[in-house]
Amino acid sequence: MFEKIWSRHVVAEGPGGHVLLYIDRHLLHEGSTRAFGRLQNSGRRVRRPDLTFATADHYVLTSPGSPAPDEEIRAMVASLGQHTAAQGIVYFGVGDARRGIVHVIGPELGLTLPGITLVCGDSHTATHGAFGALAFGIGSTEVEHVMATQTLWQKTPKVMRITVEGRLPAGVGAKDVILAIILKIGAAGAVGHAIEYAGSTFRAMSMDERMTVCNMSIEAGARAGMVAPDETTFAYLEGRPWVPRGDAWGDALAAWKTLPSDPGAPFDRDVQLSAGEIAPTVTWGTSPQDALPITGRVPNPADVDDAARRASMERALAYMGLKPGTPLTEIRVDRVFIGSCTNSRLEDLRAVARVVKGRRATVPAWIVPGSGLVKRAAEAEGLDRVFVAAGFEWREAGCSMCVGMNGETAREGERVASTSNRNFEGRQGKGARTHLVSPTMAAAAAVTGRLTDVRTLQS
Amino acid sequence: MEPFTRLTAVAAPLDLPNIDTDRIIPARFLVKPKGAPGYAGFLFRDVRFNADGSEKPEFVLNQAPYRGARILVVAENFGCGSSREMAVWVLEAYGIRSVIAPSLGDIFHANCYKNGLLPVILPGEIVAGLRRQLHERPGAAVTVDLDAQTVGAPGGAQHRFEADPFRKEMLLTGRDELGLTLDFEARIGEFEERHARAMSWVAPPRR
Ligand code: SF4
Repeated sequence: MFEKIWSRHVVAEGPGGHVLLYIDRHLLHEGSTRAFGRLQNSGRRVRRPDLTFATADHYVLTSPGSPAPDEEIRAMVASLGQHTAAQGIVYFGVGDARRGIVHVIGPELGLTLPGITLVCGDSHTATHGAFGALAFGIGSTEVEHVMATQTLWQKTPKVMRITVEGRLPAGVGAKDVILAIILKIGAAGAVGHAIEYAGSTFRAMSMDERMTVCNMSIEAGARAGMVAPDETTFAYLEGRPWVPRGDAWGDALAAWKTLPSDPGAPFDRDVQLSAGEIAPTVTWGTSPQDALPITGRVPNPADVDDAARRASMERALAYMGLKPGTPLTEIRVDRVFIGSCTNSRLEDLRAVARVVKGRRATVPAWIVPGSGLVKRAAEAEGLDRVFVAAGFEWREAGCSMCVGMNGETAREGERVASTSNRNFEGRQGKGARTHLVSPTMAAAAAVTGRLTDVRTLQS
Repeated sequence: MEPFTRLTAVAAPLDLPNIDTDRIIPARFLVKPKGAPGYAGFLFRDVRFNADGSEKPEFVLNQAPYRGARILVVAENFGCGSSREMAVWVLEAYGIRSVIAPSLGDIFHANCYKNGLLPVILPGEIVAGLRRQLHERPGAAVTVDLDAQTVGAPGGAQHRFEADPFRKEMLLTGRDELGLTLDFEARIGEFEERHARAMSWVAPPRR
C-alpha cells in the first residue's frame, strides 16, 4: 500500500534515493505562522491554497469565552488568521464550530482521504494514515517548502508491517494496543520506517480506534503509520463536506479499493502481536515505551543488566516520584486529562461516559473535545450532562493540557492520568508527571483518584 | 544556510537515550521567534537551569570543559517526539553544528539538514565509545569531516559514516532545498496535470 501511494506521487527523482514527492493536502495550525512569515519575506505565495487548510488548536484556550491572557499567545492565533486570509486559504478559526485539533478535523471534514499524501507541521500527522493515506509530520522549513511548491524532497523510508490478530479482551482498547506495540518494539523501534498496521484486530476497529493507533506511530519512532482502507473507511467518509461527490465518489471508491497491499508483498520488517495478550496499559516513566499492564508493579532498575537502560530508568523514576515494586494500582493521581488528538473523538467520549455515569470524580478532571463538531455531537447525545453530573470539567476544543502551549498546564510535581500521547519530562507543564492511559482508564482514575484497572469498575 | 564542511571542536556527551524535543526546548518557549533575546538560553532549559535561573552544575554543558561545545555526542533516538524545528534552531543558537548519534528522531534528523546542522549516524558501540572518551578527557575535541565522511575521535581513531549524496551536496554548498525545487517548477506543473487526470477525485470540491 505504501509503495502504491508513494509511486503515484513522484514528480522527479533526485540522487541518493530522494524523490520530489507531490503533496495532496497540507494542513496548518498556529505553528505554521513562522513559515508564512518567511514565505512572505521572500515575496512568494502559497502555490495551491485550494489544497491547504488551517485551524487554530495549539494556542487557543479551552476555557469557554476567556481570551488568552498572554499577548504573544494571542498574536500567534491572530497571525494565522491574517496569513490564511491573505493567501486565500480556508481557515477554521475561533468561533467556527469546525475548529479543532488539526488531526481530528481533517478526517471529520473529509479532507483526509485514502491514497493521498497529506502533511502537516506536526508529528502526529500519522493519525490520518488510518484512512490509508500517506500522512507524515514535517518541520517548519518543510512547511514553507510545501507552501511554495506543493512538494517535498523525501528519501524513501523502509516499511514495517505490524500485524495484530484476534479479538481484544473486554476493557482493552485501541490505546492499549498501540502502547503494547511501543512496549514491544521500543520508542525507536520504527525509526526510518513507515508502519502498515495489518490483521483482524485493526480490521475490526472503527475509524476512531484506527486513528488512535496511527496517531502514536511517532511514539514508536515512525513518521507514518497506515491502515488499509475498507468498507469501514468508506462508510465513515461518505457524505462528509470535502469528500468527492457524484461521479467523483465512484471513481474514488474504485481507486481506493486497489490500495491494500497485495498478498505476498514484501516488508522490510514484520512484527506480530496477539490481541488476546493485551491488557489495559499504563506508562510509569518518561518515554512511551515505559509501559506496563495495569496489573503490574513499578519496575526495579536493579533488575536490568544494561547500564544505560538502568540509568535512564532511575532518572525516570526519580522524575516520576515512584518507588520500584509499587503496584501500579496504588499510584495516586492529582488530575485527569481526557483529550488530545489521540483520544478526543466522539467514541472516546462515549466510552468515558459509560464509565463515569452515576459515579463522581474525586480529583480535578478535564474533558477537552477534539473539535467543535465533536463537542456538538457529544452534547446532542447528552454526554456533557453525564460528565458535568460526575464532576468533570467540560471544555472547548483544542490541544490544551496535551502540551500546554496555551498555558493550560499541570503544576510542578502534579501527577496526571492523561489520554494524550507523550509522557516526556515537562510535556504537560514543568515538573508535571504524566501517566498515559486509555479514555476508560482515565475515567476510572478520575473516579478512584488512583491508577485503576477499569475492568474492576465495569460490572 | 551556512555550509558545513569540516569542524574540529569541543564535544559534549549526553548519555541518556530518548531525549525528546520537549526536553531540548520546552513548549512554553515555542511562541518566541527564532533569534529572540536569550534564545540560546532556552536550550535544555529545565535540565540545565533551576527555576531561579541558576545553573544546575550536574548538567554537562554547565561544566567548564564542555562549555561552548559545538558537537554533541548523544544516545539512541535523540530528538524524538514533536516536529518542532525550534529544537534545531536552539541548538544552532547555542553553537552546536553537529550531532553524533546511533539514531535520531526522523523529523529532527530531517530538520537538522535544513539548518546546516550535520547529523552523523554511527553504530551504537562506536558512539558509546566516543561518549566514554569524552567523559575521560573532558573538553577533548572531535573532528567531523563531511567531505571525507569521517569522525575523528579524541584518541585519533577515524570512524567513517554514511552520508547520502543529496544531503551531503546541499550541506557542503549551503544550498537550500527550496532554491533547488524552484528549478523544477515546470515539472511540478506537468505532474499536476497528469495527477489531476489519474486521480480525478483528488482535488477537494469547492465549497
Ligand atoms: S493534541 Fe497534543 S499531540 Fe495532538 S496536535 Fe495537539 S499538541 Fe500535538
